[in-house]
Amino acid sequence: MTIALEVTDLTCIRGQRVLFRGLAFTLLGGRALALEGPNGSGKTSLLRLLAGFLKQASGTVRVLSDTVAADEPEERGRFIGWHAHQDAVKPQMTVREQLAFHARLYESPKDPQTMLAPFGLTAIADLPGQYLSAGQKRRLGLARLHLSMRPLWLLDEPLAALDTAGKALVAQAITAHCAAGGLVVAATHEPLGIDCDALRLGSEP
Amino acid sequence: MTPFFALLKRDTSLAVRAGGGAALALAFFACVVTLVPLGVGPDLKLLARIAGGVLWVAAVLAALLSLDRLFQADYEDGSLDLLALAPMSLEASAFAKIAAHWLATGLPLTLLSALLAVLYNLPVAPTGALVLSLLVGTPAVSAIGAIGAALTLSIRRGGLILPLIVLPLLAPAVIFGSGAVLAVLDAMSNGAMLLLAAFSLLAVVLSPFAAAASVRLNLG
Amino acid sequence: MFAYANPKKFMELSGTILPWLSGATILALAAGLVLGFRTPPDYQQGDTVRIMFLHVPAAWTAMMAYGLMALASVIGLVNRHPLADAAAKAAAPLGAVFTALGLVTGSLWGKPMWGAWWVWDGRLTSFLLLLLIYLGYIALGSAIEDETRAARASAILAIVGAVNLPIIEFSVDWWRTLHQGESILRSGGPLIAPVFLWPLFLMAIAFTLLFFTLWIVRIRTEILRRRARSLMLSESP
Repeated sequence: MTIALEVTDLTCIRGQRVLFRGLAFTLLGGRALALEGPNGSGKTSLLRLLAGFLKQASGTVRVLSDTVAADEPEERGRFIGWHAHQDAVKPQMTVREQLAFHARLYESPKDPQTMLAPFGLTAIADLPGQYLSAGQKRRLGLARLHLSMRPLWLLDEPLAALDTAGKALVAQAITAHCAAGGLVVAATHEPLGIDCDALRLGSEP
Repeated sequence: MTPFFALLKRDTSLAVRAGGGAALALAFFACVVTLVPLGVGPDLKLLARIAGGVLWVAAVLAALLSLDRLFQADYEDGSLDLLALAPMSLEASAFAKIAAHWLATGLPLTLLSALLAVLYNLPVAPTGALVLSLLVGTPAVSAIGAIGAALTLSIRRGGLILPLIVLPLLAPAVIFGSGAVLAVLDAMSNGAMLLLAAFSLLAVVLSPFAAAASVRLNLG
Repeated sequence: MFAYANPKKFMELSGTILPWLSGATILALAAGLVLGFRTPPDYQQGDTVRIMFLHVPAAWTAMMAYGLMALASVIGLVNRHPLADAAAKAAAPLGAVFTALGLVTGSLWGKPMWGAWWVWDGRLTSFLLLLLIYLGYIALGSAIEDETRAARASAILAIVGAVNLPIIEFSVDWWRTLHQGESILRSGGPLIAPVFLWPLFLMAIAFTLLFFTLWIVRIRTEILRRRARSLMLSESP
């Protein structure tokens, strides 16, 4: 499936403060975009806007694919794989249970068990979420992202709390996703370590 | 339907596990029901008279106790974002959460009420009416409570505001529910059970829309 | 209608109207009160009947306030208009005060009539629940930090309340008939003798005008508060 993300003249206002104005870019399938900028420049807001959680003050966000052009936030949501810095891990559920739940919630054709090994979760598969370290929770999030089988990945600080191997895992995952024709938009403070486009927010006064 | 049942199952099992609140709600229910006779005295005639009202009020309070985390827990850890992007509408998600809350709280409260009615010397037939009224009426408590839970999900002390906005809206459930018990106790027919069923149906049908709208505004 | 929905235009228009509206309110209140005190005492209720001239208009205004608040909430939710949000927010405390006034006057009237300050009369009970709904609405709006979110959440609650209020009213009436001990005079039931109609009518108009005057003042305050806030925000880096 070929897919593209088209953003035109996007303005975001939060609490009467203009975060960005007239933002425009087009991202074609197979490309990754790194969102850079200082704290409070609107990286997370842009991601939430792309996901359809936030309403833009003006402008359009469209996901174009072979079959449909999704203009409405609800339609757009069906294309999106979300991996934010909140880890969405339930303290009372084991890693295995959380993956199984996510697979059913997203009607994933993949077997959640196969997600354990690639993300280094096999040893902790039956551990409840409350005993996971921050990095392990991030890995669980990555596994969930793969289960979602969505073409457009929106990632918020995907490298946070991860060790070197974990960071390499993220870079690898993004590269593989792009190679398969997917799209990635990632808000990040550190270099992703891959070849990607960059968009800097908060540079204009 | 897979996403719907997945969420229903997850929320029900989270609620009944340790720290989920369902067991606490039951214990709270038993405590309130035990304390009232200590306050009003052991007059069995009086207790049988007020049993329906006391058990209904206690059930509503107990159900509210576990409601404030209905959306808040998912909001705080980011699960709500993943839920919003799942292949199911937020209305369906809200409905699944309401159903899960009822399964974990409303239904056990209903069953426990049959036992607690003994403490109030309530005869068998009115006890049947009490259990039936709770069975019919507690879905309305979960449904209207879910609106309050969704509205207060971003508020740090939302659990304190939730009862204030939900309890007045639940007045009809308490009135019709306890009225249905009195009807059997006094051997008259007053249509309370039907009115309660109508109220409950309306609440269960409309609440997911209001709850989903409230969740949506809090995602931004 | 939406021509005046622009906050700036609203400020201009309301600024012109406000003095006239205040004057009309004072006139109507004065006329209603004078007429109210000059009517002969009721043969049954004596001077107590005069409480009705405050009670009935207060109750009427409290309900009207909720209706207007719910209407403003719908407009705010559908059209996402800040003026409608401000109007809904401004109406709630007024509605709560008029509801409380209705409750207090009802209770004062009830003591000599029924021998108790509170007898769980159908209408008073509904009004007590209405007061609680108003308080919940105000609490919710003030607990949410973000203004747009607070306005949207309040609007949803106001609409849910508007759907539920007739059901509450019905259930309370039903409850009264279920537990009927003695027959209770419904406020506004048997007292409408023609002598009392005029002061009651005038006071109803006066209270309505009073509500609109205070409402407009509160909406203006809310608009100015928001302006001041955005000025402060734009000055801070």
